[in-house]
Amino acid sequence: MQASQQQYKDTELSARITPIERRIIEESQAGLPLTRTPYQDIADKLGLHTHTVLDCISSMQARGIIRRIGIIPNHYKLGYIANGMSVWNVDDDKVSELGELIGQLDFVSHCYKRPRHLPHWPYNLFAMIHARSRDEVIEYAQQISQRLGIHDHGSDILFSTRILKKTGLRISSR
Amino acid sequence: MQLNDTDRLIINQLQGEFPVSANPWKTVSQQLGIAEDKLLARIDRLQQQGYISRFGPIYNAQQMGGGLSLAALRAEPEDYTRVASIVNEMDAIAHNYEREHHLNMWFVIATENSDDVYQVIQQIEYKTGCKVYNMPKLEEFYLGLKLEV
Repeated sequence: MQASQQQYKDTELSARITPIERRIIEESQAGLPLTRTPYQDIADKLGLHTHTVLDCISSMQARGIIRRIGIIPNHYKLGYIANGMSVWNVDDDKVSELGELIGQLDFVSHCYKRPRHLPHWPYNLFAMIHARSRDEVIEYAQQISQRLGIHDHGSDILFSTRILKKTGLRISSR
Repeated sequence: MQLNDTDRLIINQLQGEFPVSANPWKTVSQQLGIAEDKLLARIDRLQQQGYISRFGPIYNAQQMGGGLSLAALRAEPEDYTRVASIVNEMDAIAHNYEREHHLNMWFVIATENSDDVYQVIQQIEYKTGCKVYNMPKLEEFYLGLKLEV
């Protein structure tokens, strides 16, 4: 846990991807094949050695280009039908420390510092809450508030009422 | 929901750290005590039933040099459909949600080049007449995230 946290921080430096990495991303962004040898299958498809694919994927993990590899559960189907974007106005000099604290909560799926737009939008910390009901989202938000303590200068929860558009993040072939 | 203990184990244990090796399922199989073929079949079924949306690497578009931002606007109820269709028809919009707030439309802008985010915002403002509040992430906090089922 500690190691990956460190890794996360260190990735700001190295971005950008090589042409081979781009091809691997294109081939795997919709998912890995469900076979005993998924990386080898990708390598075969792209005409690469398996070790090249393994090296590229490890490198992209180390550079933060790949966040993680695994299954992505469908929150909604699993009963987490309520999601609330909780937004918080916290002291600027405390936001990093508090963000780390809030990000560790199991029910928070994303936690970011974002800019305020005063006077209309005073919130600088966003935490996406997933729960089984609206009431549960509100309870979880209260837990966040408790953790923030005296640094909580106001908050709101924005419930989504409709998905207007949803497509995966995609990179296109060049 | 008809998930059994094996399904739950798979969903809870396989949300990250899938091995990067020639025979990754062999390792997972040993860790979870489930035969490789059974694991693969289960995951395939969970995916078909919609419990799993995807299996594979989760890429961080921003780390590839692309632009990514969250933005919001206020559309008047009588004008909402028009504004939503303008926003949705742009390729750079990955997600768009209606939310209960004065700022009632929230969307994710994803572009291949980071500078293009501002152009997208300008176009939306020009076409819709609505002010767009750009809220790019300034810092991302580490997640201990695991969805427990």
